[in-house]
Amino acid sequence: MAAPFLPKPSLQKPAAHGPLLYRRPVLALLLLLVPPLLWLGVLYLGSLLGLLVYSLYSIDDFTGQVGNVLTLDTLKSLFTAPSNVDVIVRTVLMALIVTLACAVIAFPVAYFVAFHTRGPRKALWVLLITLPLWASYLVRVYAWRLILAQEGVISWVTAKLHLSWLLDEVLRLPVLGGPSLSSSYLGMFLVFVYVWLPFMILPIQAALERVPRSLIQASADLGARPAQTFRRVILPLAVPGVAAGSVFTFSLTLGDYIIPGVVGAPGFFIGQMVYTQQGTAGNLPLAAAFSLVPIVIVGVYLALARKAGAFDAL
Amino acid sequence: MFRSTNRQWMLLGSSLWMMLSPLQVASAQSGAMLGALGKGEGQLSVIAWAGYLERGASDKAYDWLTPFEKQSGCKVSVKVAGSSDEMVSLMNQGGYDLVTASGDASLRLVYGNKVQQINLGLIPSYAKINPKLQSAPWNTVDGKHYGVPYQWGPNVLMYSTKAFKTPPTSWAVVFKEQTLSDGKSNKGRIQAYYGPIYIADAALYLMKTQPALGIKNPYELNEVQYKAALELLRGQRKLVQRYWNDANAQVQDFTNEGLAASPTWPFQVNTLQANKQPIASVVPVEGATGWADTTMLHVDAKHPNCAYKWLEYSLSPRVQGDVAAWFGSLPAVPAGCQASALLGKDGCKTNNYEAFDKIYFWKTPVAKCAQGACVPYNRWVSDYIAIQGGR
Repeated sequence: MAAPFLPKPSLQKPAAHGPLLYRRPVLALLLLLVPPLLWLGVLYLGSLLGLLVYSLYSIDDFTGQVGNVLTLDTLKSLFTAPSNVDVIVRTVLMALIVTLACAVIAFPVAYFVAFHTRGPRKALWVLLITLPLWASYLVRVYAWRLILAQEGVISWVTAKLHLSWLLDEVLRLPVLGGPSLSSSYLGMFLVFVYVWLPFMILPIQAALERVPRSLIQASADLGARPAQTFRRVILPLAVPGVAAGSVFTFSLTLGDYIIPGVVGAPGFFIGQMVYTQQGTAGNLPLAAAFSLVPIVIVGVYLALARKAGAFDAL
Repeated sequence: MFRSTNRQWMLLGSSLWMMLSPLQVASAQSGAMLGALGKGEGQLSVIAWAGYLERGASDKAYDWLTPFEKQSGCKVSVKVAGSSDEMVSLMNQGGYDLVTASGDASLRLVYGNKVQQINLGLIPSYAKINPKLQSAPWNTVDGKHYGVPYQWGPNVLMYSTKAFKTPPTSWAVVFKEQTLSDGKSNKGRIQAYYGPIYIADAALYLMKTQPALGIKNPYELNEVQYKAALELLRGQRKLVQRYWNDANAQVQDFTNEGLAASPTWPFQVNTLQANKQPIASVVPVEGATGWADTTMLHVDAKHPNCAYKWLEYSLSPRVQGDVAAWFGSLPAVPAGCQASALLGKDGCKTNNYEAFDKIYFWKTPVAKCAQGACVPYNRWVSDYIAIQGGR
């Protein structure tokens, strides 16, 4: 291709000569944006729309055939059928509690890394925090199943410490307990917290790194005790980080269908519901309806998180 | 009798295009049956369960692919599938010649026009297959054969010999709370299968223990019979430690969760016994449910001659016995029981061959049935999910 004639910028309007895309910046912009827009619009939004439409199709209870009559019954059954409500409530509660626990555990770790390490040591700590992510998620989940088993490490240690009675007491708790840790909600909760923890620590640490050290010094100069500085300066500035981390832990827990199948009490989660209904049951309308639930919940959650400034810390 | 679910099976194909056009109708049956055997194409691609087609990679002794490749000149590539749904979806994508489909997948493939009729004249060994498997409802539709039986197996009752001083004889040990011979209750020490088809196990138990319900076939339940089965399963929920869905995970659970009993496959029993665990199994007096797999030929198979060669080869007694030994299943060809050194003389007995007449083979429940109207599978799914959630 021949080198284009380049006008002297100070003398001529750019639109007069030169390559087409140079003269028509809107066209250039369009060309750049069309592929990603197609991707987002057709593949992503299109399949979301497909799900929504599909959830409106009716299924004949008698023959199990999907019909072309549009109905709101499937969507309604999400909130009227007790077993469907159970699935949603179970999943959302677990996601909330896991998020809360992750925040509580992650904060001190992030605080330590942000304020009390530097240089290679900081790098080492970040490495340690992210190290679990290097191993396969499945391997870690199945490892936990062994750790939590009735004859697993935890039982063994509690027995050696003569604390078996304590473990038995815990397992006798009404909702949390079960025959063993690996088949109880408590065990499932522990695994969720373990698996998603790095996703909480890192955004909080990033937010804390950004707290200007001068503000902390100023706070001290003005007579605030360390606890006061923490409460009135550091904590408010860390909120966006916590919110960002919670977006990860909450939505990841909400959509997960592996962990509830491997550890924990019987009882389906939303992800398993979608998997079973579309896979083996052939009830695509219900599967589609269920897959809309996390989308709506996460949408609301993101709106709230945005208010808390979560996206400033990403 | 399965005609009514034509559309449902098609939908299970789960391609996006199909998802967005639910009313797409079945295209006309294409692909005529092979008339005469020609020269091999040199290649063959098969979708199979893990362990069904071995070339000695895990254990040198277990190799029935290499001899086939040598004698037929067909190089076999195996695509391992993890579930019936995956098999159906792979077959819908195309590009494969054969699939070892279980009772649920096989009819979906037939009604989805993804497999072709088999010319039995080209498979002399077909006559050696157990007569009861030759024209079973999951491989033969309207008198047309859509595949060649490969292996079958029962869902046995596995139990811990520590918890049971004398072997249990009834499924009652997993359905009713009771004190076992080790003095402890079975509560929290049993497992049940997570798939909705397990409702049939409950129905089978009721068929024998409550004849008044009039259950003739555990896969064909009217409203009253169905309700009774659900009631039984609700009671069982309180005893269940976990609903198992992964064979290896169940092996783990029986190793370190102190479990007493569970419905299971011979595979888990063999694995646990090989690991020196105090485990045994039995087919209870009520009988058992079971599965039967069929090797089916894709409607657009690119290597039909090699495929037919494999179908014939797969029925040779030695192969049948070797597969059974490796997979913990049972040969579709009875002669397979005596023909394999790997399986041994008692291999078939160990895997419960004589239970054949007591097995009710896996079949998808549909609305139309012998007694008029039955509860279809999609309700089995939602109700069994509700029960597992404690409803």
